[in-house]
Amino acid sequence: MTDRILYCHCAYAKVVPADVKTAVLEGLSEAGVEFDAVPDLCELAAHDGSRLRELAAGGPLRIAACYPRAVRWLFTSAQASLPDAGVRIWNMRLEQAAAVVDGLLGQGDGPAEAGHYVGAGPAEAGHYGGTNVESGFSRTSEPSIRRTGPEEPPR
Amino acid sequence: MSVVLRLGDDASPADRAVITRRLLERGVPVSHRRDAGERPDQVAAGLDQEPAPAAAVPARWKPWFPVIDYSRCTNCMQCLSFCLFDVYGVSADRKIQVQNQSNCKTECPACSRVCPEVAIMFPKYRHAPINGDEVQADDLRREAMKVDISALLGGDIYSMLKDRSAKAKSRFSKERDDDRALKERQNCLITLQKDLGVPPEVLAALPSPQEILAKAETARQRALAATAAIAEADLQVRPTGTVETDLQVRLTQD
Repeated sequence: MTDRILYCHCAYAKVVPADVKTAVLEGLSEAGVEFDAVPDLCELAAHDGSRLRELAAGGPLRIAACYPRAVRWLFTSAQASLPDAGVRIWNMRLEQAAAVVDGLLGQGDGPAEAGHYVGAGPAEAGHYGGTNVESGFSRTSEPSIRRTGPEEPPR
Repeated sequence: MSVVLRLGDDASPADRAVITRRLLERGVPVSHRRDAGERPDQVAAGLDQEPAPAAAVPARWKPWFPVIDYSRCTNCMQCLSFCLFDVYGVSADRKIQVQNQSNCKTECPACSRVCPEVAIMFPKYRHAPINGDEVQADDLRREAMKVDISALLGGDIYSMLKDRSAKAKSRFSKERDDDRALKERQNCLITLQKDLGVPPEVLAALPSPQEILAKAETARQRALAATAAIAEADLQVRPTGTVETDLQVRLTQD
């Protein structure tokens, strides 16, 4: 099954560089792949949880947005928890557009498919060794574990 | 409203990207599909006939609200106690949760700074780890990230709220020293602005000192009720003779 692709335009803030957003959109369009683009995941989480639930429940998903920790808990806040496996998140606040596009298209080294938090590639300083999203309040004893899960082979 | 753009030869990739960006900036989700949807050139023609975004789209709510990292949250309810705008609430299963996102004051990250576990994120904030970046050991140590609400209030939050309430009653009902009260409030607000990064607009929108005390008391009651319920549930499942939790000790002291 081909992974679905979700792109967040973060339309209501300037925290994601505009040139990165433009280049990622162009890269996806150039590739001619199917993808979903939303104006702002935060807005969706606040106003349209049903759409996030559809996205979360639809199978393997590659997301271009911002910090993976924020994205994952944003989905959870909308009662749309992302599954432990099959979700990869690229951080357009930190990563180069080419790396994001390659990752979304399955052509490059992307973030490891972690159990819960998905790292944002080499640009990110540390990865979080998260715990069970569903159980809520159990906290890992070591907050700054670098996740070293297996990389996904190129498709 | 959303738009499905059909992938095909009737528009260049660059044009499809531009159309997609224009739609997204109008708040319209876009799906690219191979076998369904509208022709991109037709969508583009429709967009060209619309007014410019600034005129077409009224000022929208900037989606600014806290997101809780439940892997870090200890359900201490300090955020609920701290927020004067009723952003936080408690779920049926007694967990802290964000219930009124639109009450949150844009650009104000103050509750994330009082969270002792660095569990509150604002994804549109500029700096780590409030923006959702991974929490590092230094973040936990950094004093600026962890403005302890107890320190702000001079000690245990609940007892200090009681003291503040008593002092305020004295100050406002007996002495009626309005000038002094105003000066103290201004000093407090300056501290808040400096230490917590609270925008001036938010400070300007704060309620009066009396209203703040009333809201703080209400929030305290909600937090206490929630923590008491949690403690009760905890006691029901805990075997007898075990050590009390910090929460139970605090509740007992209260």
